[in-house]
Amino acid sequence: MIPEAGHYALVLALALALFQSVVPMAGARWRDATLMQTAPVTALAQFVFVALSFAALTASYVTSDFSVVNVYENSHSLMPLIYKMTSVWGNHEGSMLLWVLILALFGAAVAVFGRNLPDVLRADVLAVQSWIAVAFYLFILLTSNPFLRIADPPFEGRDLNPILQDFGLAVHPPLLYLGYVGFSIAFSFAVAALIEGRIDAAWARWVRPWTLAAWMALTLGIAMGSYWAYYELGWGGWWFWDPVENASLMPWLAGTALLHSAVVMEKRDALKVWTVLLAILAFSLSLIGTFLVRSGVLTSVHTFASDPSRGVFILAILTLFIGGSLTLFAWRAPALRQGGIFAPISREGALVFNNLFLTTACATVFVGTLYPLALEALTGEKISVGPPFFNLTFAPLFIPILIAMPMGPLLAWKRGDLFAVAQRLLAACGIAVIGVAVTFALAGVKAVLAPFGIGLALFAMAGAVTDIVERSALRSVGVGIAARRAIGLPRSAWGTAFAHFGIGMTLLGVVCETTWNSERIVALRPGQAVSIAGYDLTFDGMVPKTGPNYREVATRFVVRRGGAQVAVLEPSKRTFATRSMTTTEAALMTHGASQLYVSLGDTNSDGSIAVRIYDKPLVLLIWLGAVVMVFGGLLSLSDRRLRVGAPRRRSKPAVLAQQPAE
Amino acid sequence: MTRKQRRLVMIGCGLAVLALAVGLVLNAMRDSIVFFNSPTDVVEKHIQTGTRIRLGGMVKDGSLVRGDNLQIRFVVTDGANDIPVNYQGIVPDLFREGQGVVAEGRIEPGRTFKADSILAKHDENYMPREVADALKKQGRWQENEGKGERVGEKAGAPANAEPRK
Repeated sequence: MIPEAGHYALVLALALALFQSVVPMAGARWRDATLMQTAPVTALAQFVFVALSFAALTASYVTSDFSVVNVYENSHSLMPLIYKMTSVWGNHEGSMLLWVLILALFGAAVAVFGRNLPDVLRADVLAVQSWIAVAFYLFILLTSNPFLRIADPPFEGRDLNPILQDFGLAVHPPLLYLGYVGFSIAFSFAVAALIEGRIDAAWARWVRPWTLAAWMALTLGIAMGSYWAYYELGWGGWWFWDPVENASLMPWLAGTALLHSAVVMEKRDALKVWTVLLAILAFSLSLIGTFLVRSGVLTSVHTFASDPSRGVFILAILTLFIGGSLTLFAWRAPALRQGGIFAPISREGALVFNNLFLTTACATVFVGTLYPLALEALTGEKISVGPPFFNLTFAPLFIPILIAMPMGPLLAWKRGDLFAVAQRLLAACGIAVIGVAVTFALAGVKAVLAPFGIGLALFAMAGAVTDIVERSALRSVGVGIAARRAIGLPRSAWGTAFAHFGIGMTLLGVVCETTWNSERIVALRPGQAVSIAGYDLTFDGMVPKTGPNYREVATRFVVRRGGAQVAVLEPSKRTFATRSMTTTEAALMTHGASQLYVSLGDTNSDGSIAVRIYDKPLVLLIWLGAVVMVFGGLLSLSDRRLRVGAPRRRSKPAVLAQQPAE
Repeated sequence: MTRKQRRLVMIGCGLAVLALAVGLVLNAMRDSIVFFNSPTDVVEKHIQTGTRIRLGGMVKDGSLVRGDNLQIRFVVTDGANDIPVNYQGIVPDLFREGQGVVAEGRIEPGRTFKADSILAKHDENYMPREVADALKKQGRWQENEGKGERVGEKAGAPANAEPRK
């Protein structure tokens, strides 16, 4: 009964979405307030019905109702409750349901928080949002129905893919989808602006918080996925340039560019056309990401199913939305008025520079990801484009961004003075040069690129600090006043500084980990020891254990440094009988921001076991940097400026302060 | 600077960066792309020794030999042709005889293959797509062979690509 109710709720949501995609749009054209007013109501109702549908599927999982095909194929009655709940989106159908749930959530959020949006804009935005919803409801109902039943239900499920039986599944997909789908808001705003032929700074002020929120979720989602792959796969790698990873990186790059260009638009009323284009591109890349992962054109852990009809359906959605929005853009963009002008050397100029390189870097990732697919479709030749390609293309394009990053916030709007900025960054340059010199002295000339990478990372971090120091005028007014001024700075200024500092941290982690990570692969018998990076690891032995739905061979390693025991590591290998699959559970020892990583290989006939041991210096900075970036985003999001509604004249500050939170 | 000049500067910069990117991409395409081949491809195409390729097929039953120091030898087959493979290191969780495998490395004289990474993207009944296609071409494998009751299989283990050293 419950699955049928869930199915029915989804059909109702589709009906509401159909209504919402036509009526408010018509109301906006005829300037009919009654018709436009329907949009927020239907948006909320849509969310309620999708949530009911999602709850129904979750209930089927929690109660292990194996008469539902989806539950039978992806669940097991012995699985811990948390995995039963997360397996709802650990499969194709369920994850699409999560996708539309988040889409409906964002629609509802616009309805609730967008009370002070101009009526026409809100009606248009919600209608466009509904077009997307209709497409995806149809996709689920026609090709990926999660509520299908089995005529005579089996007693036991086929279990969730063991790789996915991890806490990471609870966090990574929802965050990633929040990011992907969050860009749909920017997209809907862009399309609404194009339809209306009107766009202004207030538009950018609306779009920015949504984009920022989506960007934060996406940043966390990518970082979380990377850390998950790192500890779960047992290879110690945190980024493989796998097509699926690239699929999430591309919207991130476009979204980052969009965040920055929206600043220019909001402050200076310039770059309008470009910002609209970026908003379309960011969501288009999210759709392409969904297509790549969901259509089965790629094979990886993320591809839960490969069914050609689904691929064709998503491809159709893709063509319709990307092609449609770009056509609309080509047709309507000339109607958008041009805004303020600026010199090439200025804050705007720096942001354009950032956009130029971010989008180009994004384009190289796009080429590297889709070229093999295109080549195979055209010639049948199968190739793989791996890390070397991206290291040779993406990395060089990112260096200019990192060099320019500390300069941007220090440049004045309209016309900046590069020389003055360089002077202010002298200290940061000094720190970077010292960093390069020290690394060279310590590491020698073996790794030539590493010192420069470290210098660049230090420059980025010191530059972010410089920005705050300069804004609070620390040098001229003394510490006390400067501290008060620093606290009084707009939150968005702090947000920028934190986000840029975070980029530096991530880079530092990446450089240190790739340059100085050490690896030992050995076969050990109980009692034997191995040393790595100043630590001695003794293999104590192994014990068989039994988990709820797996058997486990747990091993024990005693870690000593200078004779003193510092930790005990217990990596294991789990065998899941239902799927006869084995997973490797690595054991990690964190010291500072570095980690010691132990994972197991095969057991040999002589009783020894193959062991992989890595020492990964400063590896945690890679993800901590992302967390700091997101914290910066959070600060920026809490900036009062972004919470006020439409811009008011400065002469009415009281009204401004009373605007409800958006 | 007038609006027109400013636009020209911006377009010029844009084109310059684009040209740079195209240059980087073309350069990288030349060196860092790896072609996928089945054992039959290796035999028929006369791939030169030293060329970096991906070799995909099945691990031939009874061919796996473990040596000292995590050395292993096995034979990759697509039914029509066999290529012996050498590898040192830890193999992915589900590497075993009779399973699909993709090895990346170089052809050595005497038509043996020295792998520096073994990729196994599979679970108990999943086949790497390239391998499935290659085997299908040889008529050795049908769509639903070895699969569960229902089509629409779950993909297996993740991109267990061994990090390059």
